[in-house]
Amino acid sequence: MTKLRITMAVNGEPADLLVDPDKTLLEVLREDLNLTGTKHGCELGECGACAVLVDGQPLLSCLLVAHECEGRQVTTVEGLVEDGRLHPLQECFADLGGAQCGYCTPGILITAKALLDREPHPSRELIKEALSGNLCRCTGYQQILDAVEEAARRNP
Amino acid sequence: MMRLPSYRYRAPKTVADAAAWLAESPAETMLLAGGTDLIPNMKRRQQTPSTVIGLRSIPELTAITRGQGLTIGSGVTLTGLVHDARVRAHYVGLWQAVAQIATPHLRNMGTIGGNICLDTRCTYYDQTFEWRKAIDFCMKKDGDTCWVATSSDRCLAVSSTDSAPALIALGATVTLVSAAGTREVALSDLYANDGMHYLTRRRDEILTAVRLPSGNGWRSTYWKLRRRGSFDFPVASVAAAARFDGDHIVDARIVLGAVASRPLEVPAASARLVGQALSNDLITAVADDAYALAKPMDNTDFELVWRKKVVRSLVTSALRELRGDDMREARTKLARHPLIVVS
Amino acid sequence: MASNRPSAHLPIRPTGAAVIGRARRRVDGRAKVTGQTTFADDVMLPRMVHCRLLRSSVPHAKIVKVDISKAQALAGVHLVLTGEQFPTAYGILPVSHDEHALCRDVVRFVGDPVAAVVARDEATAEAAVNLIDVAYEPLRTFASPIDSLTYPEPRIHDYGDVGNVHKAVALQFGEVDDAIAKADHVFDDLFFFEGNTHLPLEQHATVATKDADGKLVVYSSTQTPHYLHRALAKALGIPAAHIRVIATPNGGGFGGKSDPFNHEVVVAYAAMRLDRPVKICLNREEVFYCHRGRHPVLMRFRAGVTNDGKLTGLDLQTLLDGGAYGSYGVASTFYTGALQTVTYDIPTYRFRGCRVFTNKPPCGPKRGHGTPQSRFGQEVQLDKIAERLSIDPADLRLNIVQPPDSLTANFLRVRTIGLSDCIKKVVERSGWRDKYRKLPHGKGVGLACSSYLSGAGLPINWNDLPHSGVQLKLDRSGGVTVFCGATEIGQGSDDVLVGIVAEVLGIDPFDVRAVTGDTDLTPVDLGSYSSRVTLMMGNAAIQAAERARELIADAVSTKLEIPKDRLVFAGRRVCDTEDPNKGCTFQEAVCMAEARFGTLGTTGSYTPPRSAARFKGGGVGPSPTYSYTAAVVEVDVDPDTGWVTVPRVWIAHDIGRALNPTLVRGQVEGGVYMGIGEALMEEQVFRRLPAKLSNALVHKFPSILEYKSPTSLDMPDVITDLIEDPDPAGPFGAKEVGQGPLLPIMPAVANAVYDAVGVRIDSIPVTPEKILRALEAKAAGKPARSGPASFPDILWPETLRVTPPWAGGDGRASNDPDRPTNRNVDAGVEARAAKAAWEKSTS
Ligand SMILES: Cc1cc2nc3c(=O)[nH]c(=O)nc-3n(C[C@H](O)[C@H](O)[C@H](O)COP(=O)(O)OP(=O)(O)OC[C@H]3O[C@@H](n4cnc5c(N)ncnc54)[C@H](O)[C@@H]3O)c2cc1C
Ligand code: SF4
Ligand code: FES
Ligand code: FES
Repeated sequence: MTKLRITMAVNGEPADLLVDPDKTLLEVLREDLNLTGTKHGCELGECGACAVLVDGQPLLSCLLVAHECEGRQVTTVEGLVEDGRLHPLQECFADLGGAQCGYCTPGILITAKALLDREPHPSRELIKEALSGNLCRCTGYQQILDAVEEAARRNP
Repeated sequence: MMRLPSYRYRAPKTVADAAAWLAESPAETMLLAGGTDLIPNMKRRQQTPSTVIGLRSIPELTAITRGQGLTIGSGVTLTGLVHDARVRAHYVGLWQAVAQIATPHLRNMGTIGGNICLDTRCTYYDQTFEWRKAIDFCMKKDGDTCWVATSSDRCLAVSSTDSAPALIALGATVTLVSAAGTREVALSDLYANDGMHYLTRRRDEILTAVRLPSGNGWRSTYWKLRRRGSFDFPVASVAAAARFDGDHIVDARIVLGAVASRPLEVPAASARLVGQALSNDLITAVADDAYALAKPMDNTDFELVWRKKVVRSLVTSALRELRGDDMREARTKLARHPLIVVS
Repeated sequence: MASNRPSAHLPIRPTGAAVIGRARRRVDGRAKVTGQTTFADDVMLPRMVHCRLLRSSVPHAKIVKVDISKAQALAGVHLVLTGEQFPTAYGILPVSHDEHALCRDVVRFVGDPVAAVVARDEATAEAAVNLIDVAYEPLRTFASPIDSLTYPEPRIHDYGDVGNVHKAVALQFGEVDDAIAKADHVFDDLFFFEGNTHLPLEQHATVATKDADGKLVVYSSTQTPHYLHRALAKALGIPAAHIRVIATPNGGGFGGKSDPFNHEVVVAYAAMRLDRPVKICLNREEVFYCHRGRHPVLMRFRAGVTNDGKLTGLDLQTLLDGGAYGSYGVASTFYTGALQTVTYDIPTYRFRGCRVFTNKPPCGPKRGHGTPQSRFGQEVQLDKIAERLSIDPADLRLNIVQPPDSLTANFLRVRTIGLSDCIKKVVERSGWRDKYRKLPHGKGVGLACSSYLSGAGLPINWNDLPHSGVQLKLDRSGGVTVFCGATEIGQGSDDVLVGIVAEVLGIDPFDVRAVTGDTDLTPVDLGSYSSRVTLMMGNAAIQAAERARELIADAVSTKLEIPKDRLVFAGRRVCDTEDPNKGCTFQEAVCMAEARFGTLGTTGSYTPPRSAARFKGGGVGPSPTYSYTAAVVEVDVDPDTGWVTVPRVWIAHDIGRALNPTLVRGQVEGGVYMGIGEALMEEQVFRRLPAKLSNALVHKFPSILEYKSPTSLDMPDVITDLIEDPDPAGPFGAKEVGQGPLLPIMPAVANAVYDAVGVRIDSIPVTPEKILRALEAKAAGKPARSGPASFPDILWPETLRVTPPWAGGDGRASNDPDRPTNRNVDAGVEARAAKAAWEKSTS
């Protein structure tokens, strides 16, 4: 299979790559770009661990053929830190127990960021809905919801 | 890591190109919209097209336009539909159905066209190649026997699309385009009650749009049963739509989801409802009609006997809601979903 | 072993704890939110190649032939392995070394690994795996415990008690038959608990490599690097001293990463053969095949009860479906009968347990290990007793709570017990008295309690060595590094370790670096299982830190001429309590100590106190102390469909002392979460195709979609209370929290369903189908119940009779043929012989 060229912006930096047409964005991020912050728990769209932002929307990188990201902006957990400062969501997750094993955390942070970007002061109900595509086996979600609420409280 | 088999990837920019390329080898080619059904199926080697045509770069498929009713491009995402104020206001049943599909992420990716064409599902089939090998495969892919009913000569895989029952209840039609031409069919006629050949769509056709008639005077609703508040496909569902003249029903359609290989209309119900007001007795009678028709098989989550029984209660709830009863509490309990989404 | 325990627990510092007891960001919090935590699959090494396994597609068969020629010929393939390369058996318990890295003669379940391919990338390895041809000769399929009890032949394993019975045990403490016969009421109840699995979000992964000096290094998502270390040494015949196991932080474990696994041994071998790094990352389906999860257990509880609700005796039988290998199964079997007595006062007790082999993935330890199943039975039976005697279930329990500082009928030493406080707390918080039997039809509340070990009192491999070791390195930089073999699986063990050291030395946790889970660098800790880490590692850490503090205090006292007993360590300073301005910085203090004593390093270790039990099987159950939990669950049941929702859970946990309350709350809520999953939806179940047409026996749905794990929308609100009554055995008084809070949830849900609609669901999970069936039965005038109908006749071995302490017993069995004397007895009973064999093979 001949490799195809893709260019996209990953965490604000241009990425110009040759990849097989059968590679997903997940594989390209982890294996070609060494961005191992994005996790995987099923590779079939059933867990949410691989969520990344594509043009600001949380999508599942395990179901996204890399070529379909041509020209798009991709944000992973590695892109949340700005000017050396953690995103408020990261601060709150770290402080309030939002991450136990931390394996679901990148996908959840990304999803919560998209939520807060759109809806700066969501209700707990809405946070639950927005995160309902991210399984966490450790926390029981309570401290995750608390952390998102606290980060929202810090929003202007 | 589950990986895709290799295939040739093509990304046309127009429907015409897509149709032409599809016509080159329709049997070995598949269309890729949001990929939320096709990609997992390819990773599990249930579907192994040698060519994949990506529809994402075709702008003409992503519009929602208003005319008499509403025309929705097949490439509109489920999230796009949920955010559409017209859908929310005039096609409540469709909105409820779509808002409860899969998860927020999957709705961001999945399209209405993909949802309509969603492969039928079965717990003997939605498995990896290795697993299916351990049961010596089944009729739908690589094998001979239907393990759900070993004497069956057809596949009984389940129609699991949430949008289709709602769309059929609302009287939707779809546009199919091929290199040879364009045709418009009632959505109901797109489906066949056969787990393998569940669409009457020809393999060289592209579903380009869904058209909804005016929603004026109609009330609609969708009740979905699944284990969890998100992720899960329906194991039984009901879409109900009725046009009222005062208390009396002028026109009505009840469509069941996930209890056959196609969305299942309940014709007896329409006949029974027209001209009547929704009394408790009438609701019970219609629920019985639906119950009699539903044929769930043992190939989804939950026991089939129970799923069949619950159809009665789903239909009852749906009709009571159409009548105007306050069903909010019952709905949130059953759906485990607040029926709110990020705007 | 008192000398082993830290000299002082509370208060360690006169100024009040600065670290311990405060809600803090965990030390690894930043790494986890930035994606910097390196999980096993994130390990990427130069020249790395990839491995995939070929797994059996048949449930039980002889391997006739494995043809690997086509796979070997595929471009990009480096190595193809079969059972031939792995002659040596291994396993977690010394009594059941019954696994080979790749099957040699027989496959025992669909998913059992048969061959392995190492190739340039995963896709090539996968393609090559599909080119391997295996010819099988089918053997009878054992799909259920009844199959295994009915047909002794062919045996799934050529060891075990008899036929396909892996282990059967019978223990009796006091004259239980008399006690039950004389009781005012006899309750005889059957329960079933379906199997379920851990479903860690991280799929198991391992990277093995040969390091620059030619030794083996293995990075793996394991909870037990020490046991993996031993297993690799045995299976590969490499001295343990030449193997380094690094446990990468686990993306969830819950017990599912506590066995040595086939894939770990395979890639270790391949790395040594190829002299290059080899990686394997299992896919989700394979994780279901690794399993080692909750055993399906059928139970019969016969209890004698007085009119005022006291138990006179309990006669318990359990039947465990073990799956295809031993795993921890012998211990699991004993655990189904071990902890009934540490919760409630049970004066006479008989326990008989039987584990059988079947052709399914092996069961093992999942959160609560063997105890949740019988906890479910016991708590539901208590609810039935309360109902019949018209006693409030909370009062019934309060009346029979085991007294503190007591010895149970089966010789378990209970120390502090906060169970009564837990019950009172949830009763008050939930408004129990206004709700129980008072809510409208369809709504209900249920109460249940539990207890759990704070670490198993005995190691898996019998020996006199410490269970946990900690080393401390301090130097003139003022930095402190703490080393321990404990493994971070999300529970926060690194945080406990660092927090304790910082507390004792009066410095900030950020000043302490933790190096953990690395068999080259860190002293042995037995692993993250049995809720042992906080207690055992914590005590060892206190000892190491106190020894360092002693040295520093000596040096500072001499140098600054302050009496040693007036020195305080706080706020990164060492100073005089009477004149806080007199003193020095912590860094200066360390310099003084380094100057005086030379290079600084201290150690601490922990060995649990000896158990009072001296009978065979008494090795399972003892613990330095037990945690306790009570929960009230509220349910809403639709009587037309049986649909059940859980809006709220109130839970109180006797934690002893919360070292970091944020983490403790997280463990409680996480336990409730997993309990809700088990109670309502999680099932590891199998499909047998029509036997006339097919031999297949497959996992019904090995996927994250169809194995139902609750989402954020399915999770109830949880109201958590911590009961803090420091236990002298725990570090700063702490007990376990990782497992206990899960246990009461399943029975509380079942009890709440009864309160809501008046039907008993005596089998887990509590599904709408079962509720509706029971409601229909009730309406038809039949027993309002869904659950098992009978318990099979099992040929139990001769019952070991042990006289309870209050009847003058000394902890020994009166009829034990080879009465173990004053030595500890291993979980695996026949351990001594196995231990000798083990030592021979590893030396
Ligand atoms: C975990 C999980 C949970 C899910 N839960 C639900 C659920 O609850 N309810 C539900 O309805 N669905 C569910 N889905 C399925 C899926 O996400 C949706 O059905 C989605 O709408 C499919 O759309 P898509 O664009 O992603 O389809 P694709 O995967 O791109 O396509 C699906 C099928 O339609 C064909 N197709 C796509 N577009 C066209 C077209 N324009 N013309 C002709 N053929 C076309 C494709 O060739 C393919 O066969 C779930 C999926 C996953 C992975
Ligand atoms: S219904 Fe039968 S043929 Fe169809 S997918 Fe299921 S088992 Fe296969
Ligand atoms: S890896 Fe599970 S959804 Fe993508
Ligand atoms: S923190 Fe472990 S899966 Fe969420």
